[in-house]
Amino acid sequence: MKHRGYYGSFGGAFIPEILVATFDELDARFRQAKEDKGFWEEYETLMATYSCRPTPLTYAENLTRHFGGAKIYIKREDLNHTGAHKANNVMGQGLLVKKMGKKRVIAETGAGQHGVATATMAAKFGLECTIYMGEVDVLRQRPNVFWMEQLGATVVPVTDGTRILKDAINEAFRDWVTNMDTTHYVLGTACGPHPFPEMVSWFQSIIGKEARVQIMKAEGRLPSRVFACVGGGSNAMGIFQGFMDDPVELVGVEAGGQGIASGRHASRLCSEDASPGIAQGYKTYFLQNSDGQMEETHSISAGLDYVGVSPILANMRDDKKARFEYATDTEVVDALKLTMQMEGIIPALESSHAFAGAFKEVANMSKDDIIIINQSGRGDKDIFTVADAIGDPKWKEFICAKAKEYQGDISK
Amino acid sequence: MTDTKTSAPAPAFLETYIREQRKKKDILLMTHIVMGYPSFDASFEIVRQMVDAGVDLMELQIPFSEPMADGPVILKANQAALDCGATVEKCFEFAQKVADSFDIPFLFMTYGNILYKYGMDAFAARMSEIGVKGAIIPDFPPEEAGDYLSAMNKYDLSAVFIFSPETSDQRMKMIDAHATGFIYCLARKGVTGKETQFSSDMGSYLARCRQFTRLPVAVGFGVKEKADIDFLVGKADIAVVGSQTIREVEQKGVDATGPFIRSLSLLV
Ligand SMILES: Cc1ncc(COP(=O)(O)O)c(C=O)c1O
Repeated sequence: MKHRGYYGSFGGAFIPEILVATFDELDARFRQAKEDKGFWEEYETLMATYSCRPTPLTYAENLTRHFGGAKIYIKREDLNHTGAHKANNVMGQGLLVKKMGKKRVIAETGAGQHGVATATMAAKFGLECTIYMGEVDVLRQRPNVFWMEQLGATVVPVTDGTRILKDAINEAFRDWVTNMDTTHYVLGTACGPHPFPEMVSWFQSIIGKEARVQIMKAEGRLPSRVFACVGGGSNAMGIFQGFMDDPVELVGVEAGGQGIASGRHASRLCSEDASPGIAQGYKTYFLQNSDGQMEETHSISAGLDYVGVSPILANMRDDKKARFEYATDTEVVDALKLTMQMEGIIPALESSHAFAGAFKEVANMSKDDIIIINQSGRGDKDIFTVADAIGDPKWKEFICAKAKEYQGDISK
Repeated sequence: MTDTKTSAPAPAFLETYIREQRKKKDILLMTHIVMGYPSFDASFEIVRQMVDAGVDLMELQIPFSEPMADGPVILKANQAALDCGATVEKCFEFAQKVADSFDIPFLFMTYGNILYKYGMDAFAARMSEIGVKGAIIPDFPPEEAGDYLSAMNKYDLSAVFIFSPETSDQRMKMIDAHATGFIYCLARKGVTGKETQFSSDMGSYLARCRQFTRLPVAVGFGVKEKADIDFLVGKADIAVVGSQTIREVEQKGVDATGPFIRSLSLLV
């Protein structure tokens, strides 16, 4: 029997029969695109003219001085259109959608970045768009919900299960099994059934390709370590692929939430709490109980709050091709504050995990070392969460005043 | 009819049973419950009433936290059962109790992770021990079913596979080569519990299903009243009623089960 999309013992395509033909078509289109040099050129041109690529590699001089260890560079995926690496994958899949002739796209979103990117692509390519988002995430990422709706997408809050990212993925699949004739599911990370992990990683590899060229140009040598946050694993796969065959240590930083011991975290690769399982169409490490029921996860960042992880990263972990660490919610907010104050850069809470992970190690490295931190996105969307974490009194005053104003509008 | 549980299930047990029953009836009825919803006691009473009303075989769903192929009704039932403390162990105990108490074949329906975590071989061994005759695992297409099939075959259990309106002729043949018991034909696209049009299109699809399997054919998804079942007579061997029983129980209580099943029956 045909065994596709395996990375060691992880991956596969555990899909319901009704979707098999749809996946076959997608896989065939993706193979064609991957073999066609013209397709990648078309993709690069689109990203250069619509999304600010290549994104810069910024030398973080002040942070470097502050820690007194390795030289710190930041890969600026926050400067993509819509503010995160998610645009890379979405525009790539958008080109495939056009070739498949489908008229509607659906997507799941956690942080809302993938949802906004998908809504943007749908607007540009003239597609109908529905975004599934867990009810918890709708509340914590409200600014992105606003933008998705303004861009013309329908946002459906998902009220089942734990009401976060994994539940949004289930709901998107339920839509897809009904509407696959007209609809493409733009999965937002390097997870799910084959060919999604490979396809999403391929589009995201643009990050690593650029970063390698940029660091060689700036320093004439490779970094010792590359740090990326890991939710589903797409930004990490993106930058890691630039350094896969090099003597570069690849470090993925997962959500430590309130600490591993608290059980309230989303660390699948660096904690003992996860085990191999099969869900959402693929095999990987899941945070699950001994019966195989998925556990609740926790993170201050909606985008890392996920029970599974890319099967490619799961395999790299077992093969020791990458190292996985975690950063807690508090460490993440501290790293975010420090980066803002020292560099004038505002990383997303997701990306701030990569910063926090790097900050724990960088001081102990030599001045001859170089590290690259992948800043997967910008933090504007997190204004409510960060304001809460910081407890800024002036922001609260403003919100109260604004609320009064709106109450006036409503009662009129 | 004690033979269904005392004799060792031969590979063709389920298939033989279905063919025997079909000599007596134009179409058989398979029903579905989510074990532990709304409680294990209620589940037992629902099964009792179903068997009493003449159901020919039953799917017992082991609840899973991510039931991807299920629509809102069964999804909520899965969640509620888990919230009330349903575990895989309790489901095995429940299945053993109903298999001991009633003379119809029972099948498990669940998702692959439940078997994977339990251990494929251990799961099949346990099924065999408690007298459950087969399983339907919607997220195990034949391509991913190697270990599952070995375990099921080892214990002479039926591995029921699915045909959908999107499945090509060639693929139907491939699936048929791995399936045992019967083929579960999805009446339409989508998830469980939504409206289905029982039309001439479905007639030609079901004729295609028949053509490419050597096994009896069941039809499910959206079967909810006598007219639907009447339509399927002559086109399928088994009609599957899923979400609608859950709806009836939710609206009218457990005791509505028997009358509802009787309302579907051709004998009335
Ligand atoms: C800015 C940002 N970074 C990272 C992630 C995590 O996803 P991944 O691990 O696929 O890069 C998200 C997901 O929503 C995100 O919005």
